[in-house]
Amino acid sequence: MSVDMRVNIAGVEWKNPVTVASGTFGSGAEFAEFVDLNKLGAVTTKGVANVPWPGNPTPRIAETYGGMMNAVGLQNPGIELLCKRDIPFLRQYDTRIIVNVCGRSEEDYCEVVERLSEEEVDLLEINISCPNVKEGGIAFGQDPKEAERITRAVKRYARQPVIMKLSPNITSVPDMARAVEAGGADAVSLINTLTGMKIDIHRRTFVLANKTGGVSGPAIHPIAVRMVYEAAHAVRVPVIGMGGIASGADAIEMILAGASAVSIGTANFHDPSISGKIVGEIESYMERYGFSAVADMVGIVE
Amino acid sequence: MVTVVTQECLADGIFSMWIQTEAAKEARPGQFISMYTNDGSRLLPRPISICEINREKGQLRVVYRVTGEGTGTEQFSRMKAGDSLSIIAPLGNGFPYEKAEGKQVFLMGGGIGVPPILELAKQMKCRKKQVIAGYRDSQTFLREEFERNAEVYVSTEDGSVGTKGNVMDAVRENSLQADMIFACGPAPMLRAIKEYARKNNIVCYISLEERMACGIGACLGCVCQSVEMDSHSNVHNKRICKDGPVFLSTEVEI
Repeated sequence: MSVDMRVNIAGVEWKNPVTVASGTFGSGAEFAEFVDLNKLGAVTTKGVANVPWPGNPTPRIAETYGGMMNAVGLQNPGIELLCKRDIPFLRQYDTRIIVNVCGRSEEDYCEVVERLSEEEVDLLEINISCPNVKEGGIAFGQDPKEAERITRAVKRYARQPVIMKLSPNITSVPDMARAVEAGGADAVSLINTLTGMKIDIHRRTFVLANKTGGVSGPAIHPIAVRMVYEAAHAVRVPVIGMGGIASGADAIEMILAGASAVSIGTANFHDPSISGKIVGEIESYMERYGFSAVADMVGIVE
Repeated sequence: MVTVVTQECLADGIFSMWIQTEAAKEARPGQFISMYTNDGSRLLPRPISICEINREKGQLRVVYRVTGEGTGTEQFSRMKAGDSLSIIAPLGNGFPYEKAEGKQVFLMGGGIGVPPILELAKQMKCRKKQVIAGYRDSQTFLREEFERNAEVYVSTEDGSVGTKGNVMDAVRENSLQADMIFACGPAPMLRAIKEYARKNNIVCYISLEERMACGIGACLGCVCQSVEMDSHSNVHNKRICKDGPVFLSTEVEI
């Protein structure tokens, strides 16, 4: 039996439901020797701002049990270099391009989104949930009113469909998902990392220079599944599920909970070829259980 | 997956492992390998510098420090001949040892920065090859192997062997001279060497380390500050895993 792996996210058809989480895959170039980018439904680039950002001091990385923490702080080369170098690189491949956008203010986000309207990218993902930058980012992602406002603002400038990336560091996922839907979001993605802290007991200091960082990896997967389930039940727009997916089984769980597509994040650091493998594992699952289309699995565990 | 050929303990907490891998064919001194544990609770690779390369046999040697109880490096130290593990190798740029031809060179290693200097010492062709190795105490691992390849000077923090102090103290005590330096070691040592090279107008290459996640240049976890704007990052940051780990001392702030 042949299975149809295609999914439709906000009017954009992907060849399969697998993309990679922003910040874990660079612009794709570094991973191209480990995974055939043509195999992925979409590539999501590292967050980009209107101007280059230097990011946080080091150490930026810490390992945790079954996961890791990062406090990179959205270091990025700025939108102009991304448009000149990274988008043409990705255009060589038969995959959808999702550009993740970050900013410190409404104007920052809108400037990047407007600039991207001239580019051949397929979807925009707006990061209002990075825990590692003081201004912007999470400030917009923790208050539903702010989130709705910023969504409405970027939608005015966006030519491509807009995915709003949500934070798990909130009290109500449904409220936040409904707020960005009300603001005009074409899809939501979640979860970004959970804010954490790690202390070096021998040096009696914080492991990360930023003191806190975002926790990711398999350890947070059950939290992500729960939040994807809540979001999928709160909104009509498609949900892209992410958070600790390290196998086809993890991805299927997310889809059954309500995700129309999935992102592979931290697992890329454990095995740079994992994203391509997960596509195959989802296909095998569908064959085994007789699902002819991905859409037939989305949210069926109620 | 690659296979462990041999494993031995060289000093307290210092282990030497030879592994069978195709990567030996293209590896250069100063490059590193990402070693993964076989334990799913530890996701990130450990970046370990290459100590020796045997192209004919297709083997790489790593000499590494066990960083504590229950760590990934402790897990590596328990592996035996025939065990298998995942690695990505070789990674990083390596030392530009070809530039040393005709030069009078310092090859400086401190602590767990000593091992990558061994393959460098073996491959380098230069006028005068002076290895200066800094250790904590009398456990001067790899010393005999260096002595087969170069003039060797040792410093120890406790003064039990060679010069008491650090590698720069050994340079002063032995009145050593160089017109090119290659160094790997802890940040304070590299800072002192960088300053010495600046004052004496010596070309100096240093190998840096930082906590890494991907090891392949994508996550931007392991950056160092660059003096000039970096063309990849478009800010004053260079990736230690991809643009390094070896840098000209004048191109980075440490």
